[in-house]
Amino acid sequence: MDVLQILPQQLVFGLALGTVYGLIALGYTMVYGILFMINFAHGEIFMIGAYVGWWVLTALLNAKLTGLHPVWVVPVMLVPAMLFAGLLGVCLERFAYRPLYLRGATRLGPLISAIGASIFLQNAVMLTQGARMKVYMTSLLFPRTWRVQVAGASVSALVLVMIGVAGLMMWGLHLLVQRTTLGRSIRAVAEDREMAAIMGVNVRRVIAVTFFLGSALGGAGGVLVGLYYTQIDFFMGYSAGLKAFTAAVLGGIGNIRGAMLGGLILGLVESLAVTFMNPAYKDVVAFAVLILTLVFKPTGLLGETVAEGEKV
Amino acid sequence: MLKLTDVVTHYGPIRVLKSVTLEVRVGEIVCLLGGNASGKSTTMKTILGVVRPTAGRIEFESQRIDRLPSESIVRRGIALVPEARRIFGRMTVWENLSMGAFTRQAAPPAELAQDFERVYALFPRLEERRQQLGGTLSGGEQQMLAIGRALMARPRLLLMDEPSMGLAPALVDQVFDIIQTINRQGTTVLVVEQNAAVALGIASRGYVLQNGRIVLHDTAAALLAADHIRRAYLGED
Repeated sequence: MDVLQILPQQLVFGLALGTVYGLIALGYTMVYGILFMINFAHGEIFMIGAYVGWWVLTALLNAKLTGLHPVWVVPVMLVPAMLFAGLLGVCLERFAYRPLYLRGATRLGPLISAIGASIFLQNAVMLTQGARMKVYMTSLLFPRTWRVQVAGASVSALVLVMIGVAGLMMWGLHLLVQRTTLGRSIRAVAEDREMAAIMGVNVRRVIAVTFFLGSALGGAGGVLVGLYYTQIDFFMGYSAGLKAFTAAVLGGIGNIRGAMLGGLILGLVESLAVTFMNPAYKDVVAFAVLILTLVFKPTGLLGETVAEGEKV
Repeated sequence: MLKLTDVVTHYGPIRVLKSVTLEVRVGEIVCLLGGNASGKSTTMKTILGVVRPTAGRIEFESQRIDRLPSESIVRRGIALVPEARRIFGRMTVWENLSMGAFTRQAAPPAELAQDFERVYALFPRLEERRQQLGGTLSGGEQQMLAIGRALMARPRLLLMDEPSMGLAPALVDQVFDIIQTINRQGTTVLVVEQNAAVALGIASRGYVLQNGRIVLHDTAAALLAADHIRRAYLGED
């Protein structure tokens, strides 16, 4: 009986967590879709987005702008975090990956470079920002009394904002990819890079734009996670990155809708696991999902079968 | 219009094109014949800047293009119908065609609409299926889509790499009829073929490529009449 009472609540948490996982997973899946490479530094881009958001929030609070409505503060945190994260992603591509894939390196080369970039960024943040955690003053922004009751669950304003922001960004990305010329050129490069170039697409620019978009979404995820968990540190990108990577694989890596779906499922599965099991097993459940996906459906839920040798 | 002079192309250490010299004049249909691995597709890719020549020069409308990136070459008015079609299978027919017009985003919408009309008039099937994914089309329809996509760039020179490959004989005739129509509408065509009889049937001149070298060139009629060409490419004894 007890479990059934907290179930709606857990589902709401799962939904909020899931949309954020999906947001971060998009960065993995977009880069994979276009370069067939796992950007293992994406978790660090997410972490740095959280730091930029923290920095903006702290600056606003120090300037005694606490009276500001969160409707304004959240976008003011998101925009610089996304810009910074996006540009960082572009720099990574330019300096850590492009020199390798242009020289026709195997797919292992950029992967190792990504792991190196990940370690570098973690340590750079630790050295410049300190190893101790930073605290998001979320409660000053979203008073705990801002809640609504939905089907037996008490939903805080912050959770609604998370779901809203992440949902809006996914919808925006979907429109961009499906309806615009830029989106068509991204899909064309992902499908057949040489033919896209023959159509006149500037392939390098499209790759850079893809890194920008994926990284900016990761940075936004960082701000949302910071607001939600209220504590951030230089190592937070590791586990969040692995979770989002799991979501991307679950949905079918390279597939944008798959990343969103995978994120949602993973968020819900995790919060349900916490409901029915010891919360200590939360991460075990997430990685069990990764392993089960890889064993039974390596292409993921919406992924396509890839011809052997062609893209491996 | 297009002039290749002693073009040499390497894939890594392997010299694929050893010396290719050929010329396409405005308004012509020129045919490049050759067997497997003679360097036909590499010639196409070299013209488009997908692979870089290691020596020689390529001129288009009297300007050197062999150092330019592919996108600038396409912008100058060369489009390709590639070997094995290579349409974007996960994009709709309409999206494939608009990718063909990628270099013409500044063009007035009315002009683009007119080009869609032109392609749909040539290939009514494409209009019926414009919302369908390219990957779900039949082989012949995909070839039409590949041709339509190239036309959307409003090329002055159209390169066609083995348009007859994998098509039923009736469709081959249809495709070559369309090539003639396109040519009459004012587009110069360089077509690479193994099917020499059909290609020489519509071409004004032909070149023969063997092991990365142009070994022969003549008018289409003379090539069709030449004994050794008949033996090598028309399968006659």
